[in-house]
This record gives sequence, structure tokens and C-alpha cells, in this order.
Amino acid sequence: MNQALTDLRPDLTIIQQWVKPNSQVLDLGCGKGELLNFLKTAKGVRGYGLEINPEKITHCIANGVNVIEQNLDEGLSNFKDNSIDTVVMAQALQAVQRPDELVDEMLRIGKQAIVTFPNFGFWRTRLYLLLKGRMPMSEALPYNWFDTPNIHLCTFKDFEELCHNKGIRILNRTVVDDQHNEHWRMGLWPSMLGETAIYHISR
Amino acid sequence: MPEQIPANSVGVITPKVQRFDQPLTLRSGRVLESYELIYETYGELNADASNAILICHALSGDHHAAGYHNMDDKRPGWWDTCIGPGKTIDTNTFFVVCLNNLGGCSGSTGPTSINPETGKAYGPDFPIVAVRDWVRSQKRLADFLNIQQWAAVVGGSLGGMQVLRWSIQYPERLRHALVIASAPKLSAQNIAFNEVARQAISKDPDFHDGRYMDHGVVPKSGLSQARMLGHLTYMSGDAMKKKFDRDLKTNALSFSFNAEFEVESYLHYQGKKFSTQFDANTYLLMTKALDYFDPTVDHNGDLVKCLSQATCKFFVASFTTDWRFAPDRSEEIVNALIEADKDVSYACIESDHGHDAFLLPIPRYLDVFGAYMQRVANDIPAPQSETQPASQGAQS
Repeated sequence: MNQALTDLRPDLTIIQQWVKPNSQVLDLGCGKGELLNFLKTAKGVRGYGLEINPEKITHCIANGVNVIEQNLDEGLSNFKDNSIDTVVMAQALQAVQRPDELVDEMLRIGKQAIVTFPNFGFWRTRLYLLLKGRMPMSEALPYNWFDTPNIHLCTFKDFEELCHNKGIRILNRTVVDDQHNEHWRMGLWPSMLGETAIYHISR
Repeated sequence: MPEQIPANSVGVITPKVQRFDQPLTLRSGRVLESYELIYETYGELNADASNAILICHALSGDHHAAGYHNMDDKRPGWWDTCIGPGKTIDTNTFFVVCLNNLGGCSGSTGPTSINPETGKAYGPDFPIVAVRDWVRSQKRLADFLNIQQWAAVVGGSLGGMQVLRWSIQYPERLRHALVIASAPKLSAQNIAFNEVARQAISKDPDFHDGRYMDHGVVPKSGLSQARMLGHLTYMSGDAMKKKFDRDLKTNALSFSFNAEFEVESYLHYQGKKFSTQFDANTYLLMTKALDYFDPTVDHNGDLVKCLSQATCKFFVASFTTDWRFAPDRSEEIVNALIEADKDVSYACIESDHGHDAFLLPIPRYLDVFGAYMQRVANDIPAPQSETQPASQGAQS
């Protein structure tokens, strides 16, 4: 494993495996551009990131990443059908107004898509609600119910049902723990044991 | 007058004038047999001439972008907030060139220059120049300065249009294009504003069909009205409310038609100041260049096809309350660049200053602009060995 890869956030190291070398990537909610920057150097990938946070946009530019200031809730109509190889959205699905429409858009623009989100069915989340009777909070979900940007939290099973209803093919899926690491144990009961869900999907 | 030149200023600058005797065939078909360009430079050109930045000015701008002409100057150049040692366009790193465009009235050949055919000032006979003509003349200046490739070409508003033109007209001559508060072409609304301004000038009794110099007068009233109109379209409603609200110059209404509100006297002041500094024929000419600009005319109106010719990387920025060159106009450029598979970054900066924002020291603007300029600096190639032959750009 090269040095750049070990520096990458673990969920992004999983995502990058599914991106073909020299392909094109659109990263929705690209943050500081870590993934795109890695893909550019390691795989010769070209791409754009969409972001609305001013500081993160400046970071992207400093990192040499193409970043476009664009609000995902205002749609992606400026991107043409099938114009991008892979559309990625890491940890933003739960924060958009219409996750279902956005997933449709991702697969309209991209030949394939990769989505990651916090699994609300994680055992500790379930236990928190069961025992405390309050909206779960954790390192992955650090907000109060009233100020959280995560307005559409869902579970592993909820997302699979959405894909099923839309006729979306699940090419790969995996879960990682709070350190964003994969472990064989989680594969036994992913909807319960996985804290972050990672889906590789296509039409 | 600056009591003392600030440490982050380029200091006292002396403009240079360069004469070009190679005829320039203009978009209109007319030919300028020879012309002069006045320009300023800041910073040092490196040995490879690879650290040069071209600044393109907007409607009423000129070659004096930064620093002072002498210690009596009340104000520094028009983009002094961004150009200087340690500033956004850092003159410790870059060699910055800014010129007055052809048709201007600040020292480059224009309507107030002597027409060699008549021995009198051109006046209204000066040919209408297009953005592509400016870019060709700028390229000749680059050739003269031995700059084969600009590290970046930078401009706001009408300056941004010149940057776009550079990217498709001489793609190999620039590495980065920074297009700020601009548009791929003017809207009907924008052309309309320009026409009202032109009418104000041409209907001034002192205009004399543009031959006012022969009559020893200046169409001050028309120029002043044109400037007032232009100026208020560069501001946002919010900025005007903040600056003037409904404040009166005196305590009570006078029930007369004099300027009573602060906003009125401000506009009068701006108009009057401009009318004594700017040439009316130049104003007409510059607004025409704006109206005519549409690089897609050679590509059946297809901006994607048009921008496909570019090979440089792009930075595009807009400002939320700019309604003269609104964010969605910048986004047209961005979307076309994405479709054309070009490297582009875009920031829409929150500001209540309208179109004027691109000249103001807005922290987020300077941050993101500065981050991009750092990238421009990083892309300056490592010095070449002296034995390697320099590439010769021959086309014109």
C-alpha cells in the first residue's frame, strides 16, 4: 500500500478501489478534496468536486482539486446524462433534502455511483434509543435532534429497500466501524454491526 | 497623498509606452496602421519569463492597476488591494503586466490620439475595437516582452471577457485563466443599460457628433449621466441602503428639485468626477466592445464548442448580489467548461457590494483567489537549462 493510500480516510480507501484508473469522477460534497486529490495522483483520475463550505472550497483549490461551489439541494441539472464514469457521495446522503432524487440524479449523470452514509441501524444507535429514549448521539452523529444537518438518517435496510424500489443494482456493499475500518465480524450482521455503510451501485 | 508608501505597495511606478508599427486588422475589417500601448509592470520577470501575469482592465479601468505615480497621488491604482508584495497577486512571485486597451483614453492609442492621416485627433473616427482586437494587441505586447506563456491572465467584468478570449484565441499562451464577475456575453438588459449611457452622451449638446474636441468642449453632462447610471448598476440595493439609506444632506426636505438625498449627491459627485477624467468617445467604444462580445459567434452559438479550444486551467468567481454580471452568468461559463472537460474551479462569494465587489478586499474572496494564485505559482515550471532553445511563438 503506498503512503498516500495509508493517509487517506479509511472509508475513502474502500471507495477508491471501485474507481477505474484514468476515469472521471464527480464527488458530491467533496470536503477538502482528499479523495479527488488522491485519485488524481494515484490513479490519474480527472474530476470535479461539489462543495458549499467556503473554507473547504479554498482547501480544495489549494490542493489543486477542481471544485465547484454548488448546493446539492438545488439539483445537478448542469451535468449531462452519462457524462461521468463514477459519481461519489460520501457522508452527505443523510443531509440532503431529497436523498431519493439525488440517488436518481447520481445514476443519470454517472455510469456508476458510490454512496456512504451513517447506518442508523448500528447496534449502539439502537441501544441508545432503547435505553435512553432519546435521539442517538455519537462520534459519528454528534448533533442534537434540533440542530443536526442530518435530516434524512436511514439504516442499511432502508437504503437497500430504496435501491430495490428504484431497480438500482447493488454492485458491492460493505460496512466499516467508527474508525472506518472493515472487519470480518461486521460482515456477519452488517445492518447491526456496521456503523458506516458503503454502497457501490449502478442502473 | 500617501504620507508614506505602504510596505505592501508596489511603490511609485512609471508607466512605459510601446509603439507597434505592424498593422492591426480589426474585427470590423478596419486597419490600425500603427498604435501605441501604455503599460505598467510590477515585480521582476524571471529568467524563463514564466512568472508573468497579465491583468485585463474593465470598462473604465486603465494600465494603472497598482502603486502610485507620484507622492501627490490621492489613491493607488485601481486593483491595489490585490496586487503587491505579499498580496493576492504577489509581486514577490509574479511579474505583473497591466496595459491600457486600444481605444482607451489613458495613454494607449484611442480617440484622443492624433490620427496620422489627418494630423488631428481621431475623435469619432477611431475604429470600434472588439475584445479579440484587444487580445491580439495584448499578445503583441507579450511578444515584445518575450513572454511566451502567461502564468495567468486575470480580469474582472469586461476584463474577464478578455481572459476568456485569450483562452480560445491563443490557448498555448497561458496556463491559467481567472475570470471574475464576468459573463460569456452580455444580456439584453446589459446592452440596454449601455445604450441608455450612450444616448446620454450622444444627445449632450456638447457632443457635436463626437467632434467635441474641435469645439473645445466636453460632453460633461452626458458623460456624467452615463457614469451615474453605470455606477448604480454596479452597486446592490443592500449596499446602497447601508451606505445612504434615505439620509438627507440637510435636516429637512426643501420641496425643491435639488439633490437632497445623500445618494443623489453621491451619484452627482461620481458623475462629475468621471466627466472630467474620461473621454466620451472612449466610453462609447468600450461599451460597444462589451455589447459585441460573444465568442460563440464563430461556433454557432455553442459555448461548449467554443471553450473546447482552451487548454489552460480556469478559476471563475462571482458575487451573490452582483446583478449586472450575476452568478448565473458565471455559472454558464463554468458549466460549459465542465462539459468541455476543462479544469475549472468556481466560487460564488457572499457579498452585499454588487458588481463592485470584485475590486474590494472581501476576506473570503481574497482567500479563495489567493489559494488559486498559489496554485498558479506552483505551476511555474522549474528553471530550464540555458542550452535548451526557447520556443518561438510565431502566429499573430
